[in-house]
Amino acid sequence: MSTEAIAIERLQATGKPWTETVHEWVTTVDHKRIGILYMVYALLFLVIGGVEAMIMRIQLMHSYNNFVSPQVFNRMFTMHGTTMIFFVAVPILLGFANYLVPLMIGAWDMAFPRLNAFSFWLSALGGFLLYFSFLGGSGLYGAGNAPDVGWWAYAPLTAKAFSPGHSSDYWTIAVMLSGFGTVGTAINIIATILCMRCPGMHLGRMPLLAWLNLVMSGMVLITITPLTAAQFMLLVDRYLGGHFFDTQAGGSAVLWMHFFWIFGHPEVYVLILPCFAFVSEIIPVFSRKPIFGYPVMVGATVCIGFVSMSVWAHHMFTIGMNSYANSFFTITTMAVGVPTGIKIFNWLGTMWGGRIQFKTPMLFCIGFLFQFLLAGLTGIMLASAPFDWQLGNSYFVVAHFHYVIVGGILFALFAAFYYWYPKITGRMLSEALGKLHFWLFVIGFHITFDVMHVPGILGMPRRIYTYEPGRGWDTLNLIVSFGALIQTIAILIFVWNLISSYRKGARAGNDPWDAWTLEWSVSSPPPVYNFASLPAVASRRPLWDLKHPEDPDSRYE
Amino acid sequence: MSAIANPLIGQPGGWTLPSRGKVAMSCLIIAESAIFTIFVVAYLYYLGKSVTGPTPKQVLETPIFYTFCLLYSSFTIHRAAKLLERGRRIPFLAWWLLTIVLGGLFLFGTGQEWHRLIYERGLTVSTNLFGTTYYSLVGLHASHLIAGLAMLVVVLSFAVRGRVDQEHSARIQVLSMYWHFVDAVWVVVFIVVYVIGR
Amino acid sequence: MDRPTISGRRRIELTAVYLGCAAAVARANNSTSIFAPASTPAQEIFGLSMFVLAVTGIIFVVVFALLTYAVVKFRGKTTDAAREPAQVYGSTQIELAWTVIPVLIVAVLFLATARVIHAIQDAPKPASAVDVTVIGHQFWWEFRYPKLGIVTANEMHIPLSDPAHPTPTFLKLLSADTDHSFWVPNLAGKTDLIPNRVNEMWMDPHRVGTYLGQCAQYCGTQHAKMLLRVSVDTAADFDAWVRAQQQAAAQDPKVVAGKRVFETTACINCHAVNGTAGDGRFGPDLTHLMSRGTLASGAAGNTTALLRLWIQNPDAIKPGSLMPAMKLNDADLDALVAYLETLR
Repeated sequence: MSTEAIAIERLQATGKPWTETVHEWVTTVDHKRIGILYMVYALLFLVIGGVEAMIMRIQLMHSYNNFVSPQVFNRMFTMHGTTMIFFVAVPILLGFANYLVPLMIGAWDMAFPRLNAFSFWLSALGGFLLYFSFLGGSGLYGAGNAPDVGWWAYAPLTAKAFSPGHSSDYWTIAVMLSGFGTVGTAINIIATILCMRCPGMHLGRMPLLAWLNLVMSGMVLITITPLTAAQFMLLVDRYLGGHFFDTQAGGSAVLWMHFFWIFGHPEVYVLILPCFAFVSEIIPVFSRKPIFGYPVMVGATVCIGFVSMSVWAHHMFTIGMNSYANSFFTITTMAVGVPTGIKIFNWLGTMWGGRIQFKTPMLFCIGFLFQFLLAGLTGIMLASAPFDWQLGNSYFVVAHFHYVIVGGILFALFAAFYYWYPKITGRMLSEALGKLHFWLFVIGFHITFDVMHVPGILGMPRRIYTYEPGRGWDTLNLIVSFGALIQTIAILIFVWNLISSYRKGARAGNDPWDAWTLEWSVSSPPPVYNFASLPAVASRRPLWDLKHPEDPDSRYE
Repeated sequence: MSAIANPLIGQPGGWTLPSRGKVAMSCLIIAESAIFTIFVVAYLYYLGKSVTGPTPKQVLETPIFYTFCLLYSSFTIHRAAKLLERGRRIPFLAWWLLTIVLGGLFLFGTGQEWHRLIYERGLTVSTNLFGTTYYSLVGLHASHLIAGLAMLVVVLSFAVRGRVDQEHSARIQVLSMYWHFVDAVWVVVFIVVYVIGR
Repeated sequence: MDRPTISGRRRIELTAVYLGCAAAVARANNSTSIFAPASTPAQEIFGLSMFVLAVTGIIFVVVFALLTYAVVKFRGKTTDAAREPAQVYGSTQIELAWTVIPVLIVAVLFLATARVIHAIQDAPKPASAVDVTVIGHQFWWEFRYPKLGIVTANEMHIPLSDPAHPTPTFLKLLSADTDHSFWVPNLAGKTDLIPNRVNEMWMDPHRVGTYLGQCAQYCGTQHAKMLLRVSVDTAADFDAWVRAQQQAAAQDPKVVAGKRVFETTACINCHAVNGTAGDGRFGPDLTHLMSRGTLASGAAGNTTALLRLWIQNPDAIKPGSLMPAMKLNDADLDALVAYLETLR
């Protein structure tokens, strides 16, 4: 949405023909423009994924509802999951990383600008292919045949016998392409952070955002690739008659589960680390204090990175692993809670003794802290294998991971949008609309996802398109659907804020938040190539040093 | 921005960072290793699980000569890169060419084995689990080798026209890292398929 | 797209299904809450979950209070807008404290969990145990009692287990097609049914009654209506049920016409009635169809009207199920339904 707005404004400002503007955006290798492309692309898919969620919520409003058929419902949850993970969360976070990392480490651009553009367009192609499956899944006469195998695509449901036509192929290839794009960008981020830092910015002085994106990118290298490999095997099965996951010929359905979750669980941390990064930048600025325990934050992040690689089978507690395997994955999963808890305490320590300013970005960060705490605690419950035998694959799990993804990731993302929008566009987002957005979204979120835990406890499994009357699930589902409606209104306010503030928002100036990292030292929006001459830094907060020459951070390092 | 510059910091000349080419190639190698690991795990997991024949023991022959070719090519590319670093262009060209020939020989060996397996032994990717995992693993390696050969040939085509110089040495070394990686993967594949797998 | 227009007739059909189901649910113990255990595995999990809930609850209250206190206490006031607060960079002692305490909590939670994992998974199987082989199909359950020579579907009967003389039921879980998951929350946690793999679980119900559950692993179009009933009977009732199930199918001369329809149409490709030409295995065994309370894996009550509907237009009850519409003429349909209704 906002690229169009930007494109139109540019056109009016410069009188260039629109074709030229489009050409500029399509062929750009500038990290800031690619970042914006990522974000706009992801916001577009956020709306599509949201519509899919609403279709499901309407269908589940009461028992035996007939809003959509089971076939359509199954496609909706498959597309909703795939879209939100691969084509919303991943690209939007890569977009912020693209935009912010070079600015924050004082670099002119990413290490490989053309690889950067290539990676974006690969991911973009993936998303378009996924949605083309609505048309091409079974040829034009079978229109509407999107994939319906669930976003884990468990074997053997993806075998030709159970998934004829091409919808599963579109799913496979779309996810594979998005994976290639993600790995390309991850390599780029690592090379940028390791090789493009401005003078004086050694690793211990990098903003936490750069550190967390570095760890995230490292995780991408070894976690997205197993999924790519498994997708390749699936294509061998579907096109060359292979038997990797063909249970009739000795293949194993469980092997796919392992391969998928070796990707799938670390992926959660790939998504949450950049959100930790936003929170770690925003909370200090609005508490007017430096981050509490910087080295511990870095250490905890690296620790999360490693431990999260050994927890994947907690998604598979119900497949009949032996008691030793179940115990092992219980302890590793609970162990991840320790470094994550340390992070929450450090954010608390940052606010402690500060002077907290309740600007919209900070409100979303505070929402994030409370919700992420609760999401972590329901995670501990699910980590306890026997508890998971009851709760696994129920609506409790659905509520838990939406608490992580919406209550955690999306809240942090909204904070990031309110915080960096002035830098990206040169205009402030409306605080009034922002606060309305925040409170509506908080209310809608809690109505939906707090209540959603209960039908899970009452035995309602996920991925069912309808349920019997008289099971005690009707009222709860109606409340959940009602909350989703409130969230939708909040999101519409947010989108409206993005569009209207672009024209009418107050001028931001270089440094509207009185912040401390390098991106606030340049104009808003930053010039091409960011810095006229490369900056040199002497501490973690170069702008603090500049503003407080009497008491610079560099004195304490 | 110079306002932020702290006089205590040394001149930018004293600020050195790793080469981005090498960092990126290391990252690519880590990512590729994860892909190969998954294929190796699948191969090992499915060993002996085929419900029909043929088995690896019945049909596989150890490609000692071609393996030697590939391993030796790691040495030759290393040699070529070192020579270019010292600016010796003609010897570089010779060792580079030799690397391509050795890589090509290995690829020919793989092709020959596949031809024999398909037409004489009737083993295809859809025959049984062994066929599926074998062709996927060896084929994945071969496709990486082909990509490497293509890049080597591109460099060769520049080199014969005298356009590869000492200043390109860093890039040649990055390419050489990739080639070593493809070699190292073959060592693993060889052990898995021809030593453990039989 | 796939959604047919709902005709008046269809509405009536749907209402019938709705009423049939509501009646069927009403007869059963319809609370599937995981906090209402009626068997040892579910009881063990319930105990553990209360412990975990208590621990996480305390953590929540403490951290919630700290966060709230920080947010309220340290809110910025307009009076000191210009002043920056004291710049604190960290504290090793505090960091150490909030690392060690979570580690201890995790250790305690893990030990409690490991005990329950062991108690449930490694429980010995007594000689008096009842064996049932459960086979998941798209979208119904097949139950085989190998020692008793019984084959039935969708409604499993098991004996009450007296703690003094336990007769637990041990399930062997298999799948004929895709992944499924067996979940009856009151009796035990769920375990998946995976093709090419044998899983096991057990339960020893302490209370008589009908327990509801359903497939908990997405298995295809009609995953939602792959419902499951477990009837826990007293020893005497269970023995009576076993004896009834072991009988050959009823042979009523009044319904030979219907039996002929059954034997000469596509029915026998998928369904078995013992003692007839029908020995298909893709669908549920119908030898004692009328001993079951529901049709279509719990999607509809077992009434004459719904049985007719299920045969003629299965999509009205369970769209996407693998049962084909039989398209019989009225006479054949009447005869067939009359025949099926003798299969007690």
